[in-house]
Amino acid sequence: MKILVTAKRVTDPNAKLVIDDDGSWIDDDVEYILNPFCENAVECALQLAADHDAETIAVGIGDEEVQRYIRQGALARGIDRGIHVEADEQELDSDLIAKILKALVEKESPDLVVLGKQAVDGDSNQVGQLLAEMLGWPQATFASDVKIEGDEVIVTREVDGGLEKLAVTLPAVITADLRLNDPRYASLAGIMKAKRKPLEELELDDLDLDGEEPKVRVVKLHEPTGRSAGVFVADVDELILKLTTEARVL
Amino acid sequence: MADMQNQRYRHYPQFTEEHDALRKTVHDWCVNRLHPHAEAWEAARLFPREIFKEAADLGLLGIRVPEEYGGLGLDWWFTTVWAEELAHCGMAGLGMALLVQSDMATPVIGEIGDDYHKRNFWQPAVQGDAIAALGVTEPDAGSDVASIRTTAVRDGDDFVINGAKTYITNGTRADFITLAVRTGEAGYGGISLVLFPTNTKGYRVTRKLEKIGNHCSDTAEIAFEDCRIPVRNLLGMENMGFYYIMQNFQGERLVGSLSTISAAQRCLDLTVQYCRDRSAFNKPLTGFQTVRHLLVQLEAEIEAGRQLCYRAVQLVEAGDDMAIREISMAKLICGELANRVADRCLQLHGGMGYMAETEVSRIWRDARLITIGGGTSAIMREILTKVQGI
Repeated sequence: MKILVTAKRVTDPNAKLVIDDDGSWIDDDVEYILNPFCENAVECALQLAADHDAETIAVGIGDEEVQRYIRQGALARGIDRGIHVEADEQELDSDLIAKILKALVEKESPDLVVLGKQAVDGDSNQVGQLLAEMLGWPQATFASDVKIEGDEVIVTREVDGGLEKLAVTLPAVITADLRLNDPRYASLAGIMKAKRKPLEELELDDLDLDGEEPKVRVVKLHEPTGRSAGVFVADVDELILKLTTEARVL
Repeated sequence: MADMQNQRYRHYPQFTEEHDALRKTVHDWCVNRLHPHAEAWEAARLFPREIFKEAADLGLLGIRVPEEYGGLGLDWWFTTVWAEELAHCGMAGLGMALLVQSDMATPVIGEIGDDYHKRNFWQPAVQGDAIAALGVTEPDAGSDVASIRTTAVRDGDDFVINGAKTYITNGTRADFITLAVRTGEAGYGGISLVLFPTNTKGYRVTRKLEKIGNHCSDTAEIAFEDCRIPVRNLLGMENMGFYYIMQNFQGERLVGSLSTISAAQRCLDLTVQYCRDRSAFNKPLTGFQTVRHLLVQLEAEIEAGRQLCYRAVQLVEAGDDMAIREISMAKLICGELANRVADRCLQLHGGMGYMAETEVSRIWRDARLITIGGGTSAIMREILTKVQGI
């Protein structure tokens, strides 16, 4: 059995992002982390691999720095090998990322692809769904529990108002939710081993995707407009007066 | 704060990608796994034994230990990262207990022990299956190590041990003690080091001691009454123990200095955040020049202390396994500084700083040990007097 898992590098949600002067992108002198949902996906792949004797492969897309997050976020935790697809992050959208993953699926023939349900930078929540559609595979998103039984994956999904249990046939695409598991810490032994694990470097050209254009392009980034401080009102009458005359919401 | 943390170490060229990855593992383990339990474990006056095993499983108790004894055989910069990040569990007691295990009670086994010692004591400690303690101080002998009275008398293939030790970290639950005993004449020439299994008949924990700080760590007074251990538990050469202890102290003092300066940094970072958030007289505390200047003054002094520690690590890495001058300086400077940082930070927190529930007040309590344990500030000055030839 073979499991493909995503390892996306995202800006640290605790970091202060600075937008470039021309508003085209963020200043890249910022802390990055592995996308937390990808950590859940990696943990899911490792647990399934331990139970079902599977080979695990982590994929990261972006500039060369991404390799660090494939190594330390995935290989150091126990994923067997990595694939880095070199690409300009500004020239990527969910559609193109799904196409890259589809090409890798065709190259590697995994039985299961596990992704984070979304990345905490763009919050698009599209890649897993697009990939399943492109491959014509069944999908189970927002997984909070995953079990393999025979040629099926039993996935519990968190949906509005409760839990939904799906049985999807392999091969399949799963996206991981936060409550799926507690990602392990990379042990020092794992960190040192990651250095020697294979990490294949590919260009879009190698996947016959050279010249593919993203369908969505970032036109401009700007800071949210600042909010002015609130005011204290003396009583309900004053509140209603202000809501009526100043805020004009009543 | 995590972001600032990473930014801070990013520009020290000695740390590689692997060092950074270990920093993240230890930091995340401390913040997510340990810190949430700080109040409960401090109140219980003990943290769970399983933490030793968890640390071992992450490889943290065998960083410089050769692979054949269950370690990873890595450099002192990995130990540096381990000692620094451990401060983020917010309980110096837990950090101390683990550092006693990894860097204070056991490295001497690696230095002078034989394969029997390494297999039966070192390896179980590295793997978190045995808890280690270091037994030097006695009720009547602290800084004056040469005057210890606990005796080990040869009787056939055994040593028969009688006496008492006190202020022993991990003492109530240690599985073995790296123990200083008198095997010969009075003074420093009659001391030996032995590995003492605590399941030996005649061994007793006489008291669990209550301390000012480091509450989640157990500290014990222990007694030996006709305890028999095999002579092969002798570490290195008989009556050479004083030198081994002095050498072992170097590593102990270095990790102690590193963890102390890191705790001081954590204390300051928490305080900077508090001063940004807390308003008085219609502006945040950082709006007052006296406050701002104090904060950056402490930041500068901590950086100086850190660089002194790093200089010592660099010397040790380069093969100067004693680095007595720099390590003694680091212990002296960082210990005194950590107390001042904690005191000033507590002051900036005002009434809240005086409350036991505030982390800064715990750091203040915990910091007090540092100018005493592992060699007092006065002893550091005494060593430096000799080194400097004054």
